[in-house]
Amino acid sequence: MTTITMTVNGKERSGKAEGRTLLVDFLRTEMGLTGTHVGCDTSQCGCCVVHVNGESVKACATFVSGMDGAEVTTIEGMANDDGSLGVMQASFKEHHGLQCGFCTPGMIMSATDLLANNPSPSEDEIRTWLKGNICRCTGYHNIVKSVQAAAATMAGAREAAE
Amino acid sequence: MYAFDYQKPSDVDSAVAALKSEGAQPLSGGQTLIPTLKMRLNMPEVLVDLSGIESMKGISRDGDTIHVGAATTHGAIAKSADIQSAIPGLAHQASRIGDPAVRNRGTIGGAIANNDPAACYPSACMALNATIVTNTRELSAANFFLGMYTTALEEDEIVTAVKFPVPSGSSYQKFDQPASRFPLVGVFVAKTAEGVRVAVTGAGSDGVFRHEGLEQALSGSFSADAVGGVTVSSDGLMKDLHGTPEYRANLIKVLTKRAVQEIG
Repeated sequence: MTTITMTVNGKERSGKAEGRTLLVDFLRTEMGLTGTHVGCDTSQCGCCVVHVNGESVKACATFVSGMDGAEVTTIEGMANDDGSLGVMQASFKEHHGLQCGFCTPGMIMSATDLLANNPSPSEDEIRTWLKGNICRCTGYHNIVKSVQAAAATMAGAREAAE
Repeated sequence: MYAFDYQKPSDVDSAVAALKSEGAQPLSGGQTLIPTLKMRLNMPEVLVDLSGIESMKGISRDGDTIHVGAATTHGAIAKSADIQSAIPGLAHQASRIGDPAVRNRGTIGGAIANNDPAACYPSACMALNATIVTNTRELSAANFFLGMYTTALEEDEIVTAVKFPVPSGSSYQKFDQPASRFPLVGVFVAKTAEGVRVAVTGAGSDGVFRHEGLEQALSGSFSADAVGGVTVSSDGLMKDLHGTPEYRANLIKVLTKRAVQEIG
């Protein structure tokens, strides 16, 4: 066992890990952050997507041992400081981008990374980007609408700021 | 996950030393290896994580050669301005591997050392006549890829970089197997000083291969019509539930035509 220290959702946190400990298990059991889900556990479904140093990764296919000092953001870090839903989360709620909700944390993390790379993606670009995130409920249409609406909201906020 | 000893060296020499211990294996981005470990299809006693070796990361251009560190991710290759302008086929190829989260972890060195018969990069390496650099030597792509999941790498030898000569034109065309996101067939066409080179992945029973007939026809006349006149045999092509050898042979021609049209 070694101690791993990382910045999780803006706070420095430490926990114990073995060489074989996956990032997703570390977050769920050591950090108590159970919003990041394990779906397939074979890096296909994307339920476990989190951001590491600003990039989306599949936490079920990443060992935490190599990540001392990393900056990690999980779904719990996507809310506003006052606890209200962040733009992407609120958009998924508003546009019914979820049914059972199991895939939603990964969808929101991937979609947030998409808008960071491409602030106004086309429908095709959204669908292509999200192909590593599998949803068995929605048929994806409302997920795409949610991401489009979040992109529009963020663009509006940028314009207002200027 | 079963227990193993995990090591993360910060330079190549330490990594090679660690790999000399019994049952040791290198770990790069882990996007293939970690799922394989979970299924216990592979159970090394020691995993040597190469992701802390800074000298194996990054992309640079030196004259007519693009140098890519082996621990460079697919995402970094896809976004590299140097690669986008010099070898657009390679940037496009990297941008289509797996999904964004996989591309942020998976590396070119890990992918070519694994030599999956449906991996994308072996086709770029063969078509561009890349040089594979290891901790002990330099190998041509043709001498590196030896067959399905088989390379010329020795037990304690690791890929440290890949050097790509800049071609005058390049295109990679991938026909997706949508469940795995690997190519059912992928074709990389490169226009080089030595003529046109066509490499095929996802189709050959022995992994990546160059197609002489297509190369000769395209070196004579670089046009989709020239591809039409070539017979692509289904002998030696893979057969699985996704496609027959004949279907794959047809895809090779279709994708080669698309690549030629894209290069123009």
